[in-house]
Amino acid sequence: MIKIPDDAPFDDAQRGTLTELLGGCTNEQRQWLGSFLGGDLRPKGGGSLLVLYGTESGNSEILAARTAKLAKAGGFKVKLSNMAEASPDDLVKAGSLLVVVSTWGEGDPPESAEEYHGAFMAGGLDLSGVRYSVCALGDTSYEHFCKIGKDFDQQLEKLGAERVASRADCDVDFEETYQGWIDEALRALGVGVVESPSPGDVGPGASTGEYGKKNPFPARLLEKVVLNGPGSAKETWHLELSLEGSGLSYEVGDSLAVVPTNSEDVVNALLVAAGLSGEEEVETRSSGRKQLREALTTNYDITALSRKVAKAWQGHCGSGELAELLSEDNKEQFKNWIWGRQIVDLLREFPSGKTDGQQLVDMLRVLPPRLYSIASSPREHEGEVHLTVAAVRYEGHGFERKGVASTCLADLVEEGDLVPVFVTPNKRFRLPENEGVPIIMVGPGTGIAPFRAFVEDRATREGSGPSWLIFGDRHYTYDFLYQLEWQDHLNSGALTRLDVAFSRDQPEKVYVQDRIREKSGEIWEWLEQGAHFYVCGDASRMAPDVHEALLEVIAEQGGLGSEEAEAYLGELKKSGRYQRDVY
Amino acid sequence: MSTKFQVPEDMSNKDRKPSANEGIKDRSNYLRGTIAEGLEDLSTGGISADDQQLIKFHGSYQQDDRDLRAARRKHKLEKAFSFMIRIRVPGGVSTPEQWIEVDRMATEYANDTIKLTTRQAYQLHGVIKSNLKRTIREINETALDTIAACGDVNRNVMCNANPDASALHAEVIRVSRDLSDHLTPATGAYHEIWLEGEKVESSRDEEEPIYGKHYLPRKFKIAVAIPPNNDVDVYANDLSFIAIANGNGLEGFNVAVGGGMGMTHGQEETYPRVADVIGFVPTDKVVDVAEKVVLVQRDHGDRIERKHARLKYTVDDHGVDAFRELVEERLGYRLEKQRPYEFTENGDRYGWSENEDGTANYTFYVPGGRVCDTSEARWRSGFLAIAKILKGEFRLTGNQNLVVARISATQRAEVEKLISEHGLDVHERHTGLRLHSLACVALPTCSLALAEAERYLPDVVSELEEVIEECGLRHDAITIRMTGCPNGCARPYIAEIAFVGRAPGKYNVYLGGGFSGQRLSKLYRASVRSKEIRDLLKPIIEDYARNREEGERFGDFVVRQGHVKATTNGLDFHHDVVIPE
Repeated sequence: MIKIPDDAPFDDAQRGTLTELLGGCTNEQRQWLGSFLGGDLRPKGGGSLLVLYGTESGNSEILAARTAKLAKAGGFKVKLSNMAEASPDDLVKAGSLLVVVSTWGEGDPPESAEEYHGAFMAGGLDLSGVRYSVCALGDTSYEHFCKIGKDFDQQLEKLGAERVASRADCDVDFEETYQGWIDEALRALGVGVVESPSPGDVGPGASTGEYGKKNPFPARLLEKVVLNGPGSAKETWHLELSLEGSGLSYEVGDSLAVVPTNSEDVVNALLVAAGLSGEEEVETRSSGRKQLREALTTNYDITALSRKVAKAWQGHCGSGELAELLSEDNKEQFKNWIWGRQIVDLLREFPSGKTDGQQLVDMLRVLPPRLYSIASSPREHEGEVHLTVAAVRYEGHGFERKGVASTCLADLVEEGDLVPVFVTPNKRFRLPENEGVPIIMVGPGTGIAPFRAFVEDRATREGSGPSWLIFGDRHYTYDFLYQLEWQDHLNSGALTRLDVAFSRDQPEKVYVQDRIREKSGEIWEWLEQGAHFYVCGDASRMAPDVHEALLEVIAEQGGLGSEEAEAYLGELKKSGRYQRDVY
Repeated sequence: MSTKFQVPEDMSNKDRKPSANEGIKDRSNYLRGTIAEGLEDLSTGGISADDQQLIKFHGSYQQDDRDLRAARRKHKLEKAFSFMIRIRVPGGVSTPEQWIEVDRMATEYANDTIKLTTRQAYQLHGVIKSNLKRTIREINETALDTIAACGDVNRNVMCNANPDASALHAEVIRVSRDLSDHLTPATGAYHEIWLEGEKVESSRDEEEPIYGKHYLPRKFKIAVAIPPNNDVDVYANDLSFIAIANGNGLEGFNVAVGGGMGMTHGQEETYPRVADVIGFVPTDKVVDVAEKVVLVQRDHGDRIERKHARLKYTVDDHGVDAFRELVEERLGYRLEKQRPYEFTENGDRYGWSENEDGTANYTFYVPGGRVCDTSEARWRSGFLAIAKILKGEFRLTGNQNLVVARISATQRAEVEKLISEHGLDVHERHTGLRLHSLACVALPTCSLALAEAERYLPDVVSELEEVIEECGLRHDAITIRMTGCPNGCARPYIAEIAFVGRAPGKYNVYLGGGFSGQRLSKLYRASVRSKEIRDLLKPIIEDYARNREEGERFGDFVVRQGHVKATTNGLDFHHDVVIPE
């Protein structure tokens, strides 16, 4: 339905006629009409619109595709552009510009947008005449929430572009915020409100059919087993889920999103801290009225503490101390305080006593799905998807803590149970199109997951090229994930070479990057023979360390200076031969 | 020089082919095999089957944690492989600095314990493949080694710790070390593989002037003892030398051959045997005699049937006199007539003892030879603390115990303080039975074990102690030993009471061995459930308390009273067994 908004410059009668008239038009007719009339309505130089996105998990890509479709329906000549393949120079003649970009880890751009972001922030462009708005994606549980979106927003302004609609900062439950942003941005660029196509109809999600983000598939858990031997301090699970009847498909390199539930003890602790029984009914944002306990179990993120949540809670509890902590002057202090704390700590330390269930859920965000790199090849395990999940358990401020999704899978889900999932494609993490090309895979810990899928996939294909896996963990005896499978793959030839680094088996710590340095001659040979280099796993330390080691190998073996080595690696990255899936 | 095999004429008979291990040695290029390559392959924590046999000659066994076997496969993991490393300590004498290093390696590479073995070696358990090379290299850097600690060669040469006869002990130790050095394999493989030496392309025979490329048919054990103490159990060794001294010092040695413990359940052609004394040699001929005995065994030992390959069978197959003649033929001279000697015990004397030169020794009872901190005593911390200050020696005994030796008068008080601070004087609180107990490692690491030993013997002793206390035998020494299989690492068949594992929780019970290790025992009951052991032995212990003669040993008593028949030599070990229906 097309509905002419109330604040549009028409009287009631005109609004009625237009609604009726447009309602009878086909999409095509409406688009034509939009373009036809747009010539008059849009600002000078208008007509072309650039939708620029930087994506890591695929969410920005999905939203960018929706944005492009809506803008097109609104009459723009739209160009959709991925930062991974674009240059900031294109912005000069952009006309209208809508940016959708996410922030990762400690305020980092998506892996594939790193170079673009760097070049753009370095400045030097004159963007006067460009009209823009930014939609930033992020996660409020991280300190540098939506930092990259903010970077783009500020830098565009600094370079002379005109912000026509204010930036939207989306949390992991981005749907609502995004919808508000796109409506406002398009209106500001001169388009009436266009009916949103359902997210399932557009973008990369389209191929996954009926089940998807909006409608996760209840996948049956076929098998789960701990991959660490008795005696290990670690707890890494191998899970096999059935996709039978889902219509979901995936490629190796993709991720599976798991929609978790909160565990009973965590819900109870929160209820106790809030002084609530859990039996009262509340109105949830997405699934109607429910008992508070159930809403907290299935609908809301009840652990990740953010400034936003703390502010909302301050409104309820009225604590002067908390208000002080939240003041602009005490940012550093707040940062220290929030480290290692969860929502339950906030409620414990600043009790309210008068907050009801509805107020509690209203300050919480929707429980986000957790993405896991898929550990199986659909060619080897038809109708199944496998995951490698490390149960996250630690102690913080005197309490036992646990990762929501990982311990949901480890503790709550048993064989035969249903787990809501959907596929998240990762086009930036793919085997070479030519299966004969050599591959080097660096995947310590659960970073091994996609490489199990890679090697399985290549094992099913004729003419697969050499493959080299570099794995690491704590102890050889207990933590050699999938050891028997690697032995089989080595025997069959599906895996050519295996190197391992176990950090705690000897007095000095040994990591995968040390193996890369030790084998630098061979790594270089493989690269020179066209090998693709893949990294999966920890983003905060492992990935930069491996990056550094790789640069050293290139510099040393290639006889290159550090800048030349950077350029060499940059070229590998550009041509898709250096791909990372890090988290 | 070439090796002469006992190779049967009719090679078409498959049953008469040399044993599989002979083929492995033959192909190994002097013990190299593919060990070096196997160490590089870290997709597996183990090594190939052939290399598992060869690595024994280098002092290591591949093992796996048998407690974990069942679960590993479902975790998508192979068996929990690791390696045991046996460190040779010829004569059992090491320095405090060496102790400190072995202790460090136990933490950094092994399972946080040091095992003192029944043959005066240090053992590290749980060393994973990726640490094997550096551990062996570091052992060599401390002037110890591991070569020939296992395998079909002469192994660690034992010598009694004999702490209170310093001058004589020093002389005898020198002989032990000469024997060890002379009979150490000459192959460059050890150096190449573990110490990163230059690889030498060679298959010349002179690489092993004594052993030749096939080494010995089976393991070979040498012990040297100074009577009256037989803590090295000379009668259980292939070859032993019994020191004969007069007022002026060492005269020479009686030579004994053909001792050995190993047998196989259900195969009566295998049996334990105590050694026969075949003569006397002056000190300067000891190495020569040892070499010729080794050569006779090399050329006459059975290389077809591995279970019949120890020297004891060679001796019995030829007869003792004929065997001596074979040795004398090679020596070119006759052995002198054996000299009188007497052993009185094979246990250790715990606590303080004084030396001729004014220094002192302290002998510790270390349960199971397992050096780790326990609720009873902080063995590891205590020994390490002593090693850090001591100007003296760390001597290992054949009973898995430790002697801190040559403590100067000025250090004695300091050592005494460390002993009591760490609770290491446990022998003062234990019964004679427990102080004379000995067990092999068995489960979970030994691949041969059929039942528990080191982990279980202390419990059995506790149960028997109730009976012992009731009978007033608290301070009476009785040797009691347990092994997890019949191969006999804890020398069970010369103990007064022995338990030999048959199946989980089931043991053969042997009685009647000689207190100084001079006589074999006899099977008393077969396949006894562990929980029945106490009731089985209680009436015999009570009988002993009531009816023994003055000074009569338990082993002698059970024979005299007819609980078991005496075993006079190995060949009648399986005879005259009386087991009621």
